[in-house]
Amino acid sequence: MNAQTGYNFAYVDESTKRMIRRAILKGVAIPGHQVPFGSREMPLPYGWGTGGIQVTASILGPSDVLKVIDQGADDTTNAVSIRAFFRRVAGVATTERTAEATVIQTRHRIPEHALTERQILVYQVPMPEPLFRLEARVAETKRMHALADYGLMHVKLYEDIARHGHIATSYNYPVMVDGRYLMSPSPIPAFDNPKMDRMPALQLFGAGREKRIYAVPPYTAVRSLDFEDHPFRPIRAPHACTLCGSRESYLDEVITDDRGGKMFVCSDTDYCAERQAAKAAAE
Amino acid sequence: MDTRFPGFAAPVLDAQASFRAVLEAMSRPGRVETVTPPPEVPPGLSPAAAAMLLTLVDAVTPLRLAAGAEAEAWVRFHCGCPMRRDGAAFVLDPTATLMELDAGTDEEPEHGATLILEVAALEEGSGWRLTGPGIRDAHRLHVRGAPAGFVADWARSRARFPRGVDAILCADTRIAALPRTVRIEEA
Repeated sequence: MNAQTGYNFAYVDESTKRMIRRAILKGVAIPGHQVPFGSREMPLPYGWGTGGIQVTASILGPSDVLKVIDQGADDTTNAVSIRAFFRRVAGVATTERTAEATVIQTRHRIPEHALTERQILVYQVPMPEPLFRLEARVAETKRMHALADYGLMHVKLYEDIARHGHIATSYNYPVMVDGRYLMSPSPIPAFDNPKMDRMPALQLFGAGREKRIYAVPPYTAVRSLDFEDHPFRPIRAPHACTLCGSRESYLDEVITDDRGGKMFVCSDTDYCAERQAAKAAAE
Repeated sequence: MDTRFPGFAAPVLDAQASFRAVLEAMSRPGRVETVTPPPEVPPGLSPAAAAMLLTLVDAVTPLRLAAGAEAEAWVRFHCGCPMRRDGAAFVLDPTATLMELDAGTDEEPEHGATLILEVAALEEGSGWRLTGPGIRDAHRLHVRGAPAGFVADWARSRARFPRGVDAILCADTRIAALPRTVRIEEA
């Protein structure tokens, strides 16, 4: 471990950590409610996971094992640099294996492997307010959350059905948490929404630019909004992964040439690599 | 007034360990966790309550404290928090009742107070039956020395959701937490 000296453990100062920790605890106590916090400047720009990093920095301890994924992948710029950041400023161990991690920071995916009670999933959130495209005034959305007045979101989904014949929201699909708060799941694919429901792991959400923290405690009901005659359906490309053959995982479409060539591969690189290794071992 | 009692031996790492204990306790109500307490605590405070104060309380969180003069001097020195009876964010006062504390507003329920409650003992597996977010089926928590009428008060407080008060129960070095969502049934 090559921990950088001259910084506090995990970069963030202790009074900021206390403030974030208090916000996290209130978030856990009020599942799905957005708690404002004093988001700090981080050594990377807004939009690159400053909220997730501040949450991770506030919970991380020396015995944690950190995994960071960006759209399911461990090896993209954002994931690699956030892992390197915490290796340097906290000296923690990092991993690409979902099963080995105690803290998983994610940008827009939930790993394919079911998470366990000893894990915490930290989401990077660009826009925590699920109603913001429908109601731009924060004072008004606050009141709507206070009154649990979510009719506007149902109208939006209804208009989707009237226009397209189905609910045309494939990511950032709004959910109700514990039957009370409308919550943005962050821009994860709707495919991942069912994994949030009664997940054994604690789920924490950090929005750095918007300065909000919220949480879903373990084993908490998370229901995707829908209608009786238009039930929620997770969407998945109807293909098998070209690399590992999975028909269950969420797939990315990869363009391979400029003549229309393409293939579908697992978005979760750890899941895919593990399946490829198992296939190779079996052969 | 000065204090001769120390804070955390390793302020950064002990606060982190104690925070993870209370995060786990708050996420899974009824699970009993062990904190990393300071090496010595002033009379009037359990090691667990002292660890919670050092971990969560500072200059921006008013505290209502009734644990004796030595505890107050220690808190003033190590946490530097304003002492206030009304509108306190954290409350460590055995005479405090749930319904009199700040419960936040419907728009800003996060301003609801956190009650730190000293009890005689905490044991998993028997006693109160807890259900709610964070609990798969039900957790059992035996609390020895809870204030009289606490369970009835809790039901009244819980009915105000999303407003409400969250509680951290402390016994020696052990804690259990009751977020405002949890339902308590007496065994």
